[in-house]
Amino acid sequence: MAIATNNDTQQMAATKPRKKKLPTEVSILAVLIGIALLFEIVGWIVRGDSFLMNPQRLLIMILQMSIIGIIAIGVTQVIITGGIDLSSGSVLALTAMVTASLAQSSDYVRAVYPALTDLPWIIPLAVGLLVGALAGVINGSLIAFAMIPPFIATLGMMVSARGLARAYTDGQPVSMLTQEFTWIGSGANPVIIFLGVAVIFHIALKYTRYGKYTYAIGANPQAARVSGINVRRHLVMVYAIAGLLAGLAGVVASARAGTGQAGMGLMYELDAIAAAVIGGTSLAGGVGRVTGTVIGALILGVMLSGFTFLGVDAYYQDIVKGAIIVAAVIVDQYRQRKRKLT
Amino acid sequence: MAATIDSASSPQASTQYLLEVVNARKTFPGVVALDNVQLRIRPGTVHALMGENGAGKSTLMKIIAGVYIPDEGEVRLHGKPLQLNGPLDALEAGIAMIHQELNLMPFMTIAENIWIRREPLNGLGFVDHAALASKTQALFDRLGIDLDPEMEVRQLTIAGRQMVEIAKAVSYESDLLIMDEPTSALTDREVEHLFRIINDLRAQGKGIIYITHKMDEVFEVADDISVFRDGQFIREAPASELDANEIIRLMVGREVTQMFPKETVPIGDVVLSVKQLGLEGVFEDVSFDVHAGEILGIAGLVGSGRTNVAETLFGVTPATSGTIAIDGEETVIRSPHQAMLRGLALLTEDRKETGLFLSLSVLENMEIAVLRDGYTHGSFVSQHQLDQQCEHMKQVLHVKTPDLEELIGNLSGGNQQKVLIGRWLMTKPRILILDEPTRGIDVGAKAEIHRLISKLAGEGVAVIMISSELPEVLGMSDRIMVMHQGRVTGFLDRSDANQISVMQLASAPSAASA
Ligand SMILES: Nc1ncnc2c1ncn2[C@@H]1O[C@H](COP(=O)(O)OP(=O)(O)OP(=O)(O)O)[C@@H](O)[C@H]1O
Ligand SMILES: [Mg+2]
Repeated sequence: MAIATNNDTQQMAATKPRKKKLPTEVSILAVLIGIALLFEIVGWIVRGDSFLMNPQRLLIMILQMSIIGIIAIGVTQVIITGGIDLSSGSVLALTAMVTASLAQSSDYVRAVYPALTDLPWIIPLAVGLLVGALAGVINGSLIAFAMIPPFIATLGMMVSARGLARAYTDGQPVSMLTQEFTWIGSGANPVIIFLGVAVIFHIALKYTRYGKYTYAIGANPQAARVSGINVRRHLVMVYAIAGLLAGLAGVVASARAGTGQAGMGLMYELDAIAAAVIGGTSLAGGVGRVTGTVIGALILGVMLSGFTFLGVDAYYQDIVKGAIIVAAVIVDQYRQRKRKLT
Repeated sequence: MAATIDSASSPQASTQYLLEVVNARKTFPGVVALDNVQLRIRPGTVHALMGENGAGKSTLMKIIAGVYIPDEGEVRLHGKPLQLNGPLDALEAGIAMIHQELNLMPFMTIAENIWIRREPLNGLGFVDHAALASKTQALFDRLGIDLDPEMEVRQLTIAGRQMVEIAKAVSYESDLLIMDEPTSALTDREVEHLFRIINDLRAQGKGIIYITHKMDEVFEVADDISVFRDGQFIREAPASELDANEIIRLMVGREVTQMFPKETVPIGDVVLSVKQLGLEGVFEDVSFDVHAGEILGIAGLVGSGRTNVAETLFGVTPATSGTIAIDGEETVIRSPHQAMLRGLALLTEDRKETGLFLSLSVLENMEIAVLRDGYTHGSFVSQHQLDQQCEHMKQVLHVKTPDLEELIGNLSGGNQQKVLIGRWLMTKPRILILDEPTRGIDVGAKAEIHRLISKLAGEGVAVIMISSELPEVLGMSDRIMVMHQGRVTGFLDRSDANQISVMQLASAPSAASA
């Protein structure tokens, strides 16, 4: 039988310089820039006007995205654990109502709590955050302890919280808020809050035990448990924080609008999930970054603002938005398959 | 869909070989996994592939099975070049593969798993469940497998799942069957069973590629051997022309020192004392002590309850009866978290299910169990310190990876196992439980890991080691506890333990008990 040998001394490629793979953010950022440039070009052709060279428009766009962005950051960490949160839009509405009712000024005769007017801004803020967090704790407990699938648990919360928001004042809007309180939503403050939240959670997910456990649970819950992680407690915490951020979004939204209304934040949960998924967060769990979500939110914002600028009907905007979400999920699945096989 | 077999381009197809791979090359970012590799399989033979962890064996097999497309080179079946665009092409061409990692659907039955995508249909186009069950039963009868086809796969032990994978691969009736470390989770009894199946297939003229790190198996089944090192083909020869030392020398490129370098160390006080431990319906009345510096081996057949005892000690499945005492103090362990606080560590048997975080990096996989200890400031992790410690572990254990940022799923099976060993060593446990610690690890690295375990015992760690490899248990343990069907059948001292005495206790319940 033939014997072949090949005995050169070889050095394994482990020592070769490694081509660093580009982080996913780079490709998402490229998409963002591409879309913005597309609107710029089409803008010149169709309207003879610049899309980007308009600070006013850009500010409005970012302001609009800030509230969804705050929610999306909470949703991102939920999706990283392998879950989903459908309740954030409704929780936003509920907290907006509760917050607004505690931020009314005494100039107004029909306050929800006539005895509780002109409270310092910190009180409505704190109560708003608390209501949001409480909704999150309920979500998390249903998921972690009652073993209800996240989709169902948060769907229930989505319906109930919206109902509660309506029942709170029988569907009446709550207006005439103190100036002290509305300051929270004035000017560029929502943007600053959004970016602040983004920085905090970028750091939390990357450099804290909380973040590392979040990824581990999403990647393999059984292995996470065997590695000494209290998976249930951690899940409750993750959903609580998502609720807290939805609460914060509710505070900012009511402060900015100067009113609380039960219809606020309708379908925001979907925009938030879309921002996360477009930003590279995998619905399979274990993968995702805050930076990606921020860019994802900006992509949604640019789309919205661009279509409005071009005068495209809102119905068509939704059609395109839906297509983009589906495309993002397809990209995610392709990435997953690649991860499995290369 | 179909594999294209282009006969025109190979005028003088040599039919002497069932399969030929010529000049195969495959690179991944930062890694040349295979470089100018060849392989030739004769029909009716078993061809063993040998090489260290990360040598490229699984990668080469995945090329043959259509999972990877090679950068360069050619695969020829019956002398004709093969163009594979996916695993289904390979199956159609007559190549089936048992992957190193098990790939069954846990919530489907055994029968459904085996015939997936090939389910027998009834007249209305629905799956014919009766036919499905009877086909599976016929297959199991032929192979001598004693499992209920209607059982869900998640209820099976790893060994059971492995047997199902084997049956599934055989059911394709392929000409070439690839087995990538099929025995890493099997005890001797199932290994023998597998060899009977292999001999049968060989007699039918099929070609079998067999990957293992167990040297004795190679000489028992293999006709030919090909050795690989660092992505290069080193040598092919009939098994009769090679001996174990020669193979190791070819694999490693240097001499490997003695296996099982057991050091005799002073045995200290009792650290862990288990009394009448039980888990309802699984095992009962398990009592033993482990001393500081002692290595207690646990032997037994698959299903004897060894793994369950380990998982119960570690709080994965909390005990339903009995007591656990650490340093003489009774304690309750209801979760792995509590177990770790009490100084325990458990390397689990099932790498994929309970070990790896496949979407995370090598670093993130290694550091996860120490994020509470000295590596944190408040809630923040001391990443720099962690990086250093993980880098150190990587070097001690010779983990082959371009860097710590690499996704763990991209490492070879043996190297993934090393990362998990590193994860638990980093916790600096006082009681270290190892369930199949060297599963899938090559001979050279195995000796290193045995040395490491011995060293830890020397430092006063109490070690409990479960292994299906008898020589490993015999070579490393100070004492061996043998189990059979959820009960302890006896203890053997190092001096009394041998293949026969262990197997006697493992297969038949005996009166001897501690
Ligand atoms: N999908 C992948 N992406 C990147 N690198 C990979 C991938 N698959 C394998 N490699 C690298 O290729 C090399 C060969 O891996 P392979 O799995 O073929 O080794 P092996 O010989 O089967 O080892 P083991 O005995 O540990 O199973 C390793 O260095 C591994 O890290
Ligand atoms: Mg392999």
